[in-house]
Amino acid sequence: MATFGNLSDRLADTFKNLRKKGSLSASDVDGTVREIRRALLEADVAFEVVKDFTSRVRERALGDEVNKALNPAQQVVQIVNEELVGILGGQQRRLEFAKTPPTVIMLAGLQGAGKTTLAGKLAKWLAKDGHTPLLVAADLQRPNAVTQLSVVAEQAGVAVFAPEPGNGVGNPVKVAKDGVAYARSRQYDTVIVDTAGRLGVDAELMKQAANIRKAVDPDEVLFVIDAMIGQDAVNTAKAFQDGVDFTGVVLSKLDGDARGGAALSVASVTGRPIIFASTGEGLDDFEPFHPDRMASRILDLGDILTLIEQAQQAFDEEEARKVAEKFATDSFTLEDFLKQMQQLRNMGSIKKMIGMLPGAGAMREQLDSFDEREIVRTEAIIQSMTPAERRNAKLLNGSRRLRIARGAGTTVTEVNQLVQRFEQAAKMMKTVARGGVPQMPGMGPIPGAHGGASRKQAAKSKKKSGSRSGNPAKRAAENSGAATSGAAVPAGSGFGLGLGGGAARSVDAPSEDELAALQKFLGRG
Amino acid sequence: MAERTPWSLSGALRGMFQRPTITEDTWDDLETALVGADFGPDVTEAVIDELRANVERYRTTDPRDLQRMLRETIEERLSKYDTTLRLTERPAVVLVVGVNGVGKTTTIGKFARFLGTYGRSVVVGAADTFRAAAVDQLATWAERGGAQIVRPQQQGQDPASVAFQTVEFAKRTGTEIVIIDTAGRLHTKGGLMDELTKIRRVVEKQAPVSEVLLVLDATTGQNGLAQAQAFIEHAGVTGLVVTKLDGSAKGGFVLAVQEQTGIPIKLVGQGEGIGDLTGFTPHVFAQKLVG
Repeated sequence: MATFGNLSDRLADTFKNLRKKGSLSASDVDGTVREIRRALLEADVAFEVVKDFTSRVRERALGDEVNKALNPAQQVVQIVNEELVGILGGQQRRLEFAKTPPTVIMLAGLQGAGKTTLAGKLAKWLAKDGHTPLLVAADLQRPNAVTQLSVVAEQAGVAVFAPEPGNGVGNPVKVAKDGVAYARSRQYDTVIVDTAGRLGVDAELMKQAANIRKAVDPDEVLFVIDAMIGQDAVNTAKAFQDGVDFTGVVLSKLDGDARGGAALSVASVTGRPIIFASTGEGLDDFEPFHPDRMASRILDLGDILTLIEQAQQAFDEEEARKVAEKFATDSFTLEDFLKQMQQLRNMGSIKKMIGMLPGAGAMREQLDSFDEREIVRTEAIIQSMTPAERRNAKLLNGSRRLRIARGAGTTVTEVNQLVQRFEQAAKMMKTVARGGVPQMPGMGPIPGAHGGASRKQAAKSKKKSGSRSGNPAKRAAENSGAATSGAAVPAGSGFGLGLGGGAARSVDAPSEDELAALQKFLGRG
Repeated sequence: MAERTPWSLSGALRGMFQRPTITEDTWDDLETALVGADFGPDVTEAVIDELRANVERYRTTDPRDLQRMLRETIEERLSKYDTTLRLTERPAVVLVVGVNGVGKTTTIGKFARFLGTYGRSVVVGAADTFRAAAVDQLATWAERGGAQIVRPQQQGQDPASVAFQTVEFAKRTGTEIVIIDTAGRLHTKGGLMDELTKIRRVVEKQAPVSEVLLVLDATTGQNGLAQAQAFIEHAGVTGLVVTKLDGSAKGGFVLAVQEQTGIPIKLVGQGEGIGDLTGFTPHVFAQKLVG
């Protein structure tokens, strides 16, 4: 898979070579820079950006800051990280809303970038935040784009304004303008204008986009770009910048295995921030873009903060508190285990979550073969137990286990494994609930430096447990069981009461945290 | 405002070929141009090494010779494989696959028209039952392309069963060519890729699958390789279709895809009009690319 390895993998390999060196000579640095250059090119970062990036890294790597550092290799990694964050736009930028509603958001991009789907996601996201979005179908070009938008709107549970049937009929500028007027009269506070996909070289269509922009005077123009795009990202981005002058970028299809390249190119060439990332086909697969976290993802340092935020959204705090209490009093049962597992599933794809953990790149191949249905099977096993058995796992003797296995359509071995896993989890959680050191990554960023250290241990223990089990599905399930506990505890222990607190913390946490992650990155063989 | 530049490297290469002699700058420019056209670091290096060797051997210093050699090198690399579509079975079943948003449905509309002009009767199967309104989009294209369409009987029907019904329909009515549209799927989604394998398996119960066309977007970068690899593994791709070549992207990665997988490019899409699909000719492609 060497040829198809993505940016994270490539850079990880590069740094591994570097790490063996006690001091760096100029030729070491050159070799590394060449590898970085190659890795970035293979990840589709624009050539000019690569040249610029590598020359800066090289200059800094040869400078004093590296020579004086205790561990020069580590210093180089940090330089790369800093430069990546720098290019990606430093701080996260939020959507800007108009002082007087409606806020108008216009979407633009190439064909097939994912504008219509994104419109739905954005609308759903806004609706969740208490806004009343209106989708305006101004893509009258592609056959049945209007129908698609209507369906997406229905799925998102938001209103749609589609006066024209599309398929080449109607004037998109007029539709967009009417849409905004309609929103004003009906008190919708945000308007999302979906426009037709257009090529950067198509002067006529670019003009039309500019006209739509002029007609609706949007507060935000979001340029939607496919994360898989190649070197053309630069040309396209420039063309759209000249044509419609977008205010922000949305990176779509980030759930594929192409990560980073286009993000780096577009951000560095246009100087416009990436605001959102779209990571799947479901309407909920959508998240604000965090440059620092993206850099961590590229460098395979994990994305703990996103993980925690998702956990906070999915977990009912009251429920978590109850569970924590049960842990403390040793009355945690398989029933609770089942409930937790179902909550975990609410968080979305487990694969995606594990992918956010530091060092996950190394597990990627096992992750790929991990079957999400494993959880369903576990559920089936628990559901095949009688209520008495669920409450008291000690009841489970051989013949009961055989019955359960039959009922769940699995083998006794699997039932045994589940019971064992449950007991481990319960024991671990007991220590946590009583104030012990949590062994899970979810706790990392909370107490600052100390958290970093505990995360280091956690990552190590995770690795160990991984190698213990030969079955990737089981290993992943174990990890997911672990994630349940890690995520439940912050909520139960009063961490981040409400999202606001969590978000505020996440602003200053990363740098410190990343340092810890970096250390771990280097310390771990 | 961006001007409509021709789809070609010529712009990037112009400066280089106008110099009186071949210098180190020429090589730098060539590298920039090739990387910028998404050829990828490996192919770029290979092409440049080959050209350097040739320049050395023929002791030429004329950039125009270099241009000719570049064209020949690319053409030679492209024409290693057989680009003919094999549609001799009756019915000939064509499966169209690819990631999201590369232009599968549009390509099918154009392909149906393309086949129609050769007097073939065509039926398209709307096996993209996932994306909102995909069936309607295909129906519009089928109508424009003069093809019949088999729709799913209900919302969210199993795509394999739609494919099955389409082939069945073709057998019953004696339609010569069956084109099956599938939902776009990222190649990293194991479950969805398995679904593709299933579609293929189910179709093969009725008739052999003549061609599996993988649609690749010319704007895609090196990720196109990973896409091709995954789709070959799961769907047994027999040919590539490169779309959106009317943009500013050069689609150089297809060369790497073709070389690493041995699957030839068979069709080229260059616009949103129904007639904008042509067969792939290495000579023309290289000519247009290099100028």
